[in-house]
Order: sequence, then structure tokens, then C-alpha cells
Amino acid sequence: MTRRSPLDAPPWIKLSLIALVVTYIAIVVLLPLGAVFTEAFASGFSSWMAAVTEPDAQAAIKLTLLVQAAIKLTLLVAAIAVPLNTVFGIIASWAIAKHDFSGKALLISLIDLPFSVSPVVSGLVYVLLFGAGGWLGPWLEEHDIQIIFALPGLVLATMFVTFPFVARELIPVMQSQGRDEEEAALSLGATGWQTFRKVTLPNIRWGLLYGVLLTNARAMGEFGAVSVVSGHIRGETNTMPLHIELLYNDYNLSAAFAVASLLAGLALVTLVLKTILEWRHGDGLVARGH
Amino acid sequence: MATGSSRGGIETMTITVDAVSKDFDGHSALKGLSLDIPDGTFVALLGPSGSGKTTLLRIIAGLAYADSGHILFDGDDVTAVPVQQRNIGFVFQNYALFRHMSVAENIAFGLDVMKRRQRPSKADRTARVEELLDLVRLDGLGARYPTQLSGGQRQRVALARALARKPRFLLLDEPFGALDAKVRNELRGALRTIHDQLGLTSIFVTHDREEAFGLADRIAILNNGRIEQYGAPDDISAAPASDFVREFLQ
Repeated sequence: MTRRSPLDAPPWIKLSLIALVVTYIAIVVLLPLGAVFTEAFASGFSSWMAAVTEPDAQAAIKLTLLVQAAIKLTLLVAAIAVPLNTVFGIIASWAIAKHDFSGKALLISLIDLPFSVSPVVSGLVYVLLFGAGGWLGPWLEEHDIQIIFALPGLVLATMFVTFPFVARELIPVMQSQGRDEEEAALSLGATGWQTFRKVTLPNIRWGLLYGVLLTNARAMGEFGAVSVVSGHIRGETNTMPLHIELLYNDYNLSAAFAVASLLAGLALVTLVLKTILEWRHGDGLVARGH
Repeated sequence: MATGSSRGGIETMTITVDAVSKDFDGHSALKGLSLDIPDGTFVALLGPSGSGKTTLLRIIAGLAYADSGHILFDGDDVTAVPVQQRNIGFVFQNYALFRHMSVAENIAFGLDVMKRRQRPSKADRTARVEELLDLVRLDGLGARYPTQLSGGQRQRVALARALARKPRFLLLDEPFGALDAKVRNELRGALRTIHDQLGLTSIFVTHDREEAFGLADRIAILNNGRIEQYGAPDDISAAPASDFVREFLQ
């Protein structure tokens, strides 16, 4: 008689659990996401195109320009916030995983802070700091620097919200790998930078890519924190998520769904990339006999 | 305290450990330990776990720093010299091979990271890798990855990698600890042969007294951060210097 692992549930429980999870995901995740695309394409692809790029009427041209501005802004914010958080995430996880120092636990908690604070609150913090009536407001005004209701504010808020992803992904990977390989590299005459580039980085590359993709997905989709610091200036400080809300509030439903489908599409591209990476990662591991 | 077994005559000391102390979180791992290692010898640091032997080896290597005391190589104080510039070869207990590199890339690593002016040509590096693969009897396995090798083979790669830059000294931390008895015996023989071939001053850490007595020219028996006795295996067996040594050898 073949014995089950003591951790394995009986088959019928296993099947019911899987069915339950699939149903849950279908209702909570797939159904709404599907609805966005269905709604966006409800009156055919041409009207979707029209909603995004409406060529005729004056108002429509304006609408199109606004959507394009929102897309550009979203990509720009992500293009600044994601690389910065990647670099800081690598530094933070390297410091934590490969070194011993007092206050390490505190630092880890601080990295997690953006996960536990509501994005709206973090947005408000920036307003409190940099806003007209904020701590640094008068000084910024004197020097003609605009942070709130401008690109720097959007980038800062996005960075705050997405900071933990890379570090959270890398710390366990680095900790499980220990310091042996780095010490070996040093003993073989490698400089600190050579050790990082030739030993540490290749060992964490999959975790890093995964973290970057998560950061990117969140950076493009962030609403709460960005909403507070944006000021909602159409065509200037409106990112895609904010623009969707605006269109929705203007009762311009078809346009709202069209832009929503674009945003969801961007997120799906990220998701597909992630899946490909996981798949290739798994393959790579097998090839090396892990 | 350390009793150097001077057999009379003048010996050149290549490694001198001078009154080295090291604390970890208030617990002292080394207590003013001194040790002289003559040129070309094969020395075992033997002791129970927690006796400070690995700490001592890491301080000699420059992978850890002493709280007080000095390390001298050929009479030069290297206490503050970083590990990269000490020109040592270190073999780690768990091999610490670079898992994303092939065997040949692992062995060539020390040569590849050299400054451009000192770095041998690509052809010379390849030749050196072949030579080392031959030395550790792994010919033809250069393209494999560490995970495709057995434990004994991995340790041979680690040894070849440590030797690539022709280090002044070879330091080995429990080099056979993770291997089964048969492979261990094979590797011990191989290591002794390589040592005799290269005449390289070598220090290895072990908790296995059979291994220490079977391999080393000299044994330093450590206990509780101090050296209980230091001398040739026969001298130690003939005249244990303390109750601890006597008990440890039984």
C-alpha cells in the first residue's frame, strides 16, 4: 500500500480546496477584470479606439490628448521611481542580509512600513512636508521649487508606496545564500564591487527581476498616495489611475473603461513577463540540478 | 600557554600569531593566543567545537579581525591588511563554490578579477585552469556546474580555485567535514600530496584528531580560546602537556 505524506489531505478534501480557491479567484479577481475589458470593448474595437484616440470633435481631441498625457505621466513616474527603488532596495537588502549591526530588526520594520500605512496617509505626509502650509513649504516657495501638485510629488509618493517590494523579495534570497560565496570571492582577491557584480548580483537576479516587476506594476497602478499629492490638474498631474477616476466621475463611462483596459493591459504585460520569468527560472534551476 | 616545539636550530617563521584576542558578544573566542608557523609546514588546528580554531584561521586569513594582537607574514605586520591583499588561498567548509559559474570559471575567478596590468592573458588563464584541474584530478570536468559534482569533487574544485593565484599560504576550514569516510580518506591523501608537491605552508582546522595526527607536521591543540599544546604529532602523543590534551587524545 502506498502511503500518503502525513501532510497530504485526503483526495476529496484536496479537490474541494482547489475548487474553492479557483472559484474564489474567479469571482474576486477574474470576473471584475474581465468586466473591464468586456465593458471597454462592448461596442466594438473601433469605439474603443475612438474612446482612446477619438479623432473628430474638438472635445474629443482634447480628451485624447488628456489620455495620452496621463499615459505618458504614468510611464514617466514609473521610469523614475522603479530604478531608484531597485537601487535602494538592493542596497538595503544587502546591508541587512550580509551584515550584522544593531537596529537591524528596526530597519526591517521600517522597510515594511509602507505596506502597513494606508497610501492616503503617506500621500498626506508629503503634503504636510512639502505643501504650501507644510514644514518645508515656505522655503520651497522661496526657491521656486514645486513638489506637491507636480511631478516630484507624484514620484515621491509612488516611491514611498513601492519601496518594500524589491527589498522584501531580496532579503530572504540573500539570507538563505549566506556570506560564504562573497567571502570566497574576497579571499580570491576580488574587490567589494567585483564581488557584488560577479557573485552577489548573479545569485539574486531572478528575485531582483521579480521584485522590479512587482514594483513596476504597483508604481503604474498606485492611486491613493498619488491622488493626494497630484492636485488632479488635467493633462499635467493626472496619472492613468487618476484619469480613470476623473472620466468616471464625468460620466464618461466608455472612455473610463477604455483607459482602465489600457492600464489593466499594462499590468497584464507585467504579469505575463513575471510568469515567463518564473517558468524560465524553474527551467534554469532544473538544468543546474537543483 | 603556547609552547612552540623548537627542535633546536633556527626555523624561518612565515606566519606569526602574536597575542591575538577576539570577543563575540562578550564571550571571548580567543584569549591572547600566540602561534608560530615555520615555512613549508602543514599545521593542524585541532580542538572541540567552540575552542576558537575557526576564528583563529579566519583572523589569519583576514576574513575576521582581531580585537587585539598582531598577525605577521614573514615578519611583516599584516594585521590591518585586507583579505584581498594577503595573498592567501582559503578553502571553506561548505566549499562556497560560485553556483552560477562552471568549474573552470570558478577556478579562473581569482585570475579574472586581477587588475588588468597584472592579469595573465586569456590563454595563460585557460592553461592555468587546465593545470589545476589536472592537479586535483578533475580533468575534463571544467564545463560542469558545481551542482553536477559530488561532494568530494566540489572540494577539489574549491582547492584548485584557492590555488589559482599561487597563494603564499593555504588555509582550510574543516576541509573534509562534510564528506563521507571513504571520500575523506581519498581527499586527505590528495591534499597531503599536493602540499608536498607545492611545498606550500598550509593550515587546516579540524575537530577530528585522527585526521590531524594522520596529516599534519605539527598540531596546535586549542581549548577555550587558548593553545593547550603545539608540536609534532609524535611529541604530543608521547608527552601530553595537560590533562585536557590527555583526555582529548583518548
